[in-house]
Amino acid sequence: MERIILGDNQFFAVNHLSDEKSRAQAMRFRTTNAIIEVLDIAYDLGIGTFMCTTHDRIAEVCEHIRSQPSRYQNFKIYPCMPYAHKYANAVTEYGVIEALKRFMPGKMLETAAKGGFALIRKDFMEMMKLLVDAEMKMFTGIKTEVIFLQNIITDLILGLGMYDFFVGFAKHIKAKYGAEPGFITMNMPFLLDVLEKQGILNPIICASINKIGFRMSGGKESYEKTIMERKFRPMAMQVLAAGALAPEEAMEYVCKQKKIESIVFGASTRNHIKQTKELIEQMSSRFGL
Amino acid sequence: MIKAGLIGLGKMGISHCAILNAHPNVDLVGVCDSSKFILSALEKHGSMKCFTDYKQMIRQSDLDCIFIAAPTRFHAEMVCHSLEKGLHVFVEKPFCLKIDEGRKMVDLAIKHNKVNQVGYHNRFIATFNEAKRIINEGIIGEIYHVLGEAYGPVVLKEKGSTWRSHKSEGGGCLYDYASHVINLIQFIVGAPQHVAGTVLKSIYSQDVDDAVYTTLLYKNGISGQLSVNWSDEAYRKMSTQITVLGKDGKVIVDATECKIYLRRENKSEGFEKGWNIRYITDLTDSVDFYLRGEEYSAQIDHFIACLLERKTENVSSFASAFETDSVVEMLVADNSSRI
Repeated sequence: MERIILGDNQFFAVNHLSDEKSRAQAMRFRTTNAIIEVLDIAYDLGIGTFMCTTHDRIAEVCEHIRSQPSRYQNFKIYPCMPYAHKYANAVTEYGVIEALKRFMPGKMLETAAKGGFALIRKDFMEMMKLLVDAEMKMFTGIKTEVIFLQNIITDLILGLGMYDFFVGFAKHIKAKYGAEPGFITMNMPFLLDVLEKQGILNPIICASINKIGFRMSGGKESYEKTIMERKFRPMAMQVLAAGALAPEEAMEYVCKQKKIESIVFGASTRNHIKQTKELIEQMSSRFGL
Repeated sequence: MIKAGLIGLGKMGISHCAILNAHPNVDLVGVCDSSKFILSALEKHGSMKCFTDYKQMIRQSDLDCIFIAAPTRFHAEMVCHSLEKGLHVFVEKPFCLKIDEGRKMVDLAIKHNKVNQVGYHNRFIATFNEAKRIINEGIIGEIYHVLGEAYGPVVLKEKGSTWRSHKSEGGGCLYDYASHVINLIQFIVGAPQHVAGTVLKSIYSQDVDDAVYTTLLYKNGISGQLSVNWSDEAYRKMSTQITVLGKDGKVIVDATECKIYLRRENKSEGFEKGWNIRYITDLTDSVDFYLRGEEYSAQIDHFIACLLERKTENVSSFASAFETDSVVEMLVADNSSRI
């Protein structure tokens, strides 16, 4: 994994600190071109990995990336699935079964039959694979070396205790996409315990890791201990705690924990992206990385 | 360990199911739903015992408490049965559809001395609690007006087929969305005694309202307005905001920030003259298990803590939710008086 990764919350009006800011973001990024402009800035500054939700508009970004293969030769996407609001809204509108039918790909006769059959037989593992494939469709032809399960789903499976889905997801991602499975969570120590018990060793886990303990369930100390003592590949998100921390102290906190492999951050302007990248590099080298 | 059962595996039920199952002080011994589909997924891949008849689950499971997340029209029957079987009860919002039934449930919970809570989770969001504190401590002076708003993208098409589109089943923006705002207003400044000029507007739905607009009137002269619309595509998700005006300033609060405008500096609180902002990140305590917002875990933690400490006082009691239902009923009556 690359050390510095660009996230996508800023493009989709996700701001954990302010509803007002998220409205301003929605206005700024109403066109896909506005998103691509920011991706281009990051790419030209040497940030080649974009971590994003499987939002409908990402399909348009992928279209653009595919149309210029030489320009985006080293461009990678780490998809995070699913875009939960899409499913939640459909469940509200149509109910669970009807919503599932709508999202299982129906264009190819073969998949439709497979999906329908899985529904009737209540083969949930098969359904999960079909849903993953439906989400992955938009990334055809794009390098996706790590494929993440979004935190709402990771943590739901974790809470419900349906751990075999982690195994099923990991196997499917490896077998079908030749990629590494990744897990986003707000409950990192708990998740790592479970993944290890399920035989998923040295997993890639993306979690909130920040100096004020924001969204670090189980507590900051337990996170620090887990990172220090356990074998897994941590990726830090929400390092600025949604903006509550000054960049310097935020990055210092993350970079001094040397086992953290990657840092994902969101930014919308050249200056901001450049400064963040330089700050991470500077802090990393200060701690001998 | 507290032994819990859960009825209803819709969106809220599944969320409660995960939080309860991960809770260090709870043993989720049984879950119940009428749909075999979801149940069979849990049965096959999880470890809970599954039922399709909630009475059977109660009979066979030796529960301490029950979480009810079935459609609203079933609440009264399920809550009363559970209380009579000696269980502490957490029930989803809205509390119920008929005032008589609501009163009966409040009385029954008191009679049996059981912990009783309704899932108005906004009461567990730190920003709203901070606003309540600021107002109660008189920091913005005497209150004269409150504005409650919520907007979101739930119904955006003419056609809908779930219980949310049926009035008789507790569907509609009033029961589903506006009840949250009414409950929050009540939490922060109290419940109004009268309402006037109520408009329950259908935008896309056939049978139910998609927007609720009304004026709230209080005995002590406070006035208020309610503006709620669940057919507004400009919002990514439900956004709730309360504005409270006082003679010395005002508070604008949503789930992410609490903005305070003061006419004078307040040294003891560390507030400057003019605008001050308190962010959720500074106010929120972390929870043991996070699923989709600290408040969903915090409300369950509160219920379990009440049980363990044997206290029936509750931040979101049946009585407080009954008060919300009473305002909802006033709105319905006011709206239909003009039709």
